[in-house]
Amino acid sequence: MKPCAFIYHRPSGLPEALALLAAHAPTGGRVLAGGQSLVPMMAYRMAQPSHLIDINHIATLQGAAMQNGALVIGTTTRHAAFKTGICPGPLGAMLGFVSSHIAHGPIRNRGTFGGSLANADPASEWCLVMVTLGGRVMLQHASGTRMVAAGDFFTGVMATALADDEMLTEAHLPWGQGDQWGFYEISRRAGDYALAMCLVVYRLDNGLMRDVRLGIGGAEATPRRLAAAEAILAGQAPTGPNFIQAADAAAAMLKPMTDHNVTALFRRDLVRAAVRRALHHSLNHE
Amino acid sequence: MTGWVGRPITRFEDDALLRGAGHFTADLPAEAYLRFVRSPVAAGIIDGCIAPDGVMMITDTDLASVPPIKPIIRKFGYVPIAQPVLARGVVRYTGEPVAAVIGQTEEQAEDFADLVSLNITPAPVCVTAEAAMAPGAPVIHPGMADNIVVQTALTTPGYESANAKAAHRVVTKIRSHRQAALPMETRAAHAAFDAATGRVTLTCTAQMPHLMHRAITAMLGMAADELRVIAPDFGQKMSLAAEYVVLVWAALRLRTSIAWVEDRRDNLMASFHARDIAIEVEGAFDNEGRFLALRGDITANVGAYAPYPNTAAVEPLMSFTELPGPYDIGEYSCAARGVITNTCCSAPYRGVARPAITLAMERLLDMAAMQLGMEPAEIRRRNLIRIFPHTTPTGLVYDNAAYVETMEMALLAADVPGFRARQHAARARGVYLGLGMSSFCERTGYGSAAFAARGMDIQPGWEHVDMTLDGDGVVTARIGASPHGQGLRTTLAQIIADAVGVVPANVRVVHGDTDHTPFGWGTFASRSLVISGGASLIAARKIRERLLQQAASYLEAADADIDLRDGYASVTGTDRRVSIAVLAQVHGGFADDGFYDPLGTFSNATHIAMVAVDIETCMVRVERFIVAEDAGRLINPMIVDGQIHGGVAQGIANALLEEVIYDETGNILTISLADFLAPTAHEIPAMTILHRETIADATMTGAKGLGEGGTIGAPAAVLNAINDALAPLKVTINEMPATPARLHAALRGTK
Amino acid sequence: MKLHVNGRDYDIAVEARRTLADALRKDCGLTGTHIGCEHGVCGACTVIMDGAAVRACLIFAVQAEGAVIRTVEGLAAGGLHVIQQEFVAHHGLQCGFCTPGFLMLAVAAREAEPDLTDAEILDVLSANLCRCTGYQNIVKAVSASARRMRET
Repeated sequence: MKPCAFIYHRPSGLPEALALLAAHAPTGGRVLAGGQSLVPMMAYRMAQPSHLIDINHIATLQGAAMQNGALVIGTTTRHAAFKTGICPGPLGAMLGFVSSHIAHGPIRNRGTFGGSLANADPASEWCLVMVTLGGRVMLQHASGTRMVAAGDFFTGVMATALADDEMLTEAHLPWGQGDQWGFYEISRRAGDYALAMCLVVYRLDNGLMRDVRLGIGGAEATPRRLAAAEAILAGQAPTGPNFIQAADAAAAMLKPMTDHNVTALFRRDLVRAAVRRALHHSLNHE
Repeated sequence: MTGWVGRPITRFEDDALLRGAGHFTADLPAEAYLRFVRSPVAAGIIDGCIAPDGVMMITDTDLASVPPIKPIIRKFGYVPIAQPVLARGVVRYTGEPVAAVIGQTEEQAEDFADLVSLNITPAPVCVTAEAAMAPGAPVIHPGMADNIVVQTALTTPGYESANAKAAHRVVTKIRSHRQAALPMETRAAHAAFDAATGRVTLTCTAQMPHLMHRAITAMLGMAADELRVIAPDFGQKMSLAAEYVVLVWAALRLRTSIAWVEDRRDNLMASFHARDIAIEVEGAFDNEGRFLALRGDITANVGAYAPYPNTAAVEPLMSFTELPGPYDIGEYSCAARGVITNTCCSAPYRGVARPAITLAMERLLDMAAMQLGMEPAEIRRRNLIRIFPHTTPTGLVYDNAAYVETMEMALLAADVPGFRARQHAARARGVYLGLGMSSFCERTGYGSAAFAARGMDIQPGWEHVDMTLDGDGVVTARIGASPHGQGLRTTLAQIIADAVGVVPANVRVVHGDTDHTPFGWGTFASRSLVISGGASLIAARKIRERLLQQAASYLEAADADIDLRDGYASVTGTDRRVSIAVLAQVHGGFADDGFYDPLGTFSNATHIAMVAVDIETCMVRVERFIVAEDAGRLINPMIVDGQIHGGVAQGIANALLEEVIYDETGNILTISLADFLAPTAHEIPAMTILHRETIADATMTGAKGLGEGGTIGAPAAVLNAINDALAPLKVTINEMPATPARLHAALRGTK
Repeated sequence: MKLHVNGRDYDIAVEARRTLADALRKDCGLTGTHIGCEHGVCGACTVIMDGAAVRACLIFAVQAEGAVIRTVEGLAAGGLHVIQQEFVAHHGLQCGFCTPGFLMLAVAAREAEPDLTDAEILDVLSANLCRCTGYQNIVKAVSASARRMRET
């Protein structure tokens, strides 16, 4: 399980990195961020890049800051950076809680936010966060930049709108007025890939849920918001019966992935449980 | 007069391992690295295997003079199977080694392997035992039309009439899915040719270095002194790896040092598997819940080939012989068979067959208890053997033990009434808690008679220890057994220290090197401490006798007045003493040996698991685990508990997580640790371990073997606990691992 | 290239594809770091890089140039490190193959957060796999060493 040979590049600035990517992408060059998904794929020789452009030493790609109501996250910001609140308030708390579900400590010390998005694993927690909150990603190449909505970015299982010569350099995560959030993930063992997970964000207005965003991940090819479930909750009180109704709606509208571990029927039941529990979690973070 | 035996002294093994200075095979540098090209399909005809120019490749053509691996049993209709060390014309499982290529680095060797053009015309496959036994199934080995490699059956004369008297009859089918041993260290081997002597030194992961030596020299036509085998380490490695034979062949041919380190993918795909067993049991009970008779039907999917030395018969035959377990079952009728399939070979893995038979018996008893309206503990009380020695219907003789008392210890610690109250309250909140128990007895430390009864061509059993006491006061024991992490250097030192009269720190245990140890069989079947310990005690006592005489003469006292202890000989009741080192110097050292070949002894235990089942997500959490164990005299209680901890963890993994999965074409799906799910610290609960010590008359040291017990009892306890939790929903699960998917199917089936 | 390991510089020549784990073992001769899966799951190769526990099988050696790396060989300064002593006292190892990874995992966690609770310790340790101990005594050893280091 040794990777195939490749040529290593360690650019110190973004323009240099983009130039290298432009030069080598046509012949199998790739960006190396945290490497916690790419390197295992290389070990199994499922990925055989000819060139690796290591962006870990580009200082401007790391760290996060609030800009115009959105958290702008540099692509090589590591999962571990979210642990103790990367920003104040409920957004930082939510991101910290969600990050604790990503694999294990040593993986979180290396794996990056942008790397997770570009890898687009259906079970990625960050992909779910981006889609649920309506985030956008900045994609750059040697001659330009574009912003893409998260909902358009993820196109399938480990497939994105990213062109070969483009690099995901930033993620913009807006935080609306809601301060209620809940997250629940179901996996075989702690740190395993999610079999189903749900993130819900809303605000309470006189005891009624408003601006409800409810996303599921790990269950379909890409994470998505479930409008029908959101509609059931909007304007209602956060009560058990309403949660059950929303969970049932979510399960009903699912197009579940199946494999030897999880049948479609089981995945539906898992999503139902994840949605209901995420909603309950929004009321009690203990 | 306390000695060293029975004390939880810390291990002599630890210091080097903790500094990162332990010796592991993969640490050795080599001039060249070998990589195997493996079959990508489960069955087929090899049309061609071509290496690119300049790449050195070894195929079966090069090894034409090397005989196949072909261990034999002369009983039970066993059909010998030949496994060429590299595939010869046909492949029979995904991952079978077809060729080997050699590179200067591991990276390069893997590049070369990828460049080999291997053409195979796929053939029809049998992945499951059912498919292989079906009429018209493809024949996997010529001459074995039904794909059954071994079969046996027995019905005791009184079975039919006893069975006819049954007041209650309970039938259950259990299924144990395939598991891999998953040692953290994969297999590895390093073969170094020495031009000066013409010898090859094979350093490899193996539990039986002397047997590896014997097998490889025979297969390659080497004289015994042309090969030295060093086994610094172990795991999943009781059987001869075909890969090692190729490696030694290559070292001889290339006159260099060459290494092979198995990677995790190959380890999961093509190292040995185990536990692919289906059992149907039927219990006939009287009105009081006492066994009148037991019927069993056992089918083991043993994979494509037969590992050396144990053959493909171990799992079905051991299941057949030991199914009744710790219970007096009355009359017995059982049939067992081993079925060849296009899957990786099955080989002994910690617990061998007993996790499955224990699951069958313990599920049967829980179901019978439910049918009779009895507590699970009560039906066991009525059936556990109380009078020893006990001879089973298959002729096993259980030595002195206390099965009922061991179970009561576990029950007391579990506070079953307290649990039932918690369980009742939790159900009202929609939380499903369950308690499950399992009892078993385990044949351990058995010598050559037991292997002879199996009709094996290779009959392991005894152990031999060479011992010296030198002028520095240090005892050196050279053992044929080959420990692998159990702390045998420490426990043998404790036994020897007491017998000779030195401190354990002055006992050196030499193992795992065929140049420096007498022939021995190795480490398996919970035997090392019992048999190697017995042989050590015999040798140590011989040296002790001579030391006593020497001391008596030196101190001018009677033999009977000499006390040998912690490095000194002293005259009891006086201050006259002399160091044992001085006595050894005066005598010119002492040397003796010990040989031990016991009949065997049965340890026993009761395991209790408490679980919580989340009926929405179908996830099971083991919350508490209790073991009451009787393994005879405990030499080092700390090490004993460690063995149980690890065994139970592997048993919980067997019950809930780990499964080797093939698709219907024989392609293996579980080739990474993201798919084959080993438990982490999160999945293993804190354990409570209790001991009884029924001193074994059957062994020299009074100790019984216990290395495997944890894996044997834990799965059944966990499955019974899950079934207990789900009883209000009328859901049963008799398959392991009891994965969320299987639980979901069971739960949904009733909705 | 240079690797800075346990306070010492190693001048090595490696292919870009050589992982840090392989470079430590084969090129620096530091075989205490073990390789158990090469895909980041088992944790046997865990080392400390710039203060954080990482999987050495998921980092290429060339990436580690300029970083401060610590391996199990650097843990004992003459006598055993407190955590190594507690592994002895609590029988926290059997075959010893996973042990270096667990030691480095636990040391990094403890240095980053001196006041880890037992629950947090369990969570940290769940990153690595051990096949011998059932984790019981590893958890006890790490908890005991954390207590001892707090008290001193």
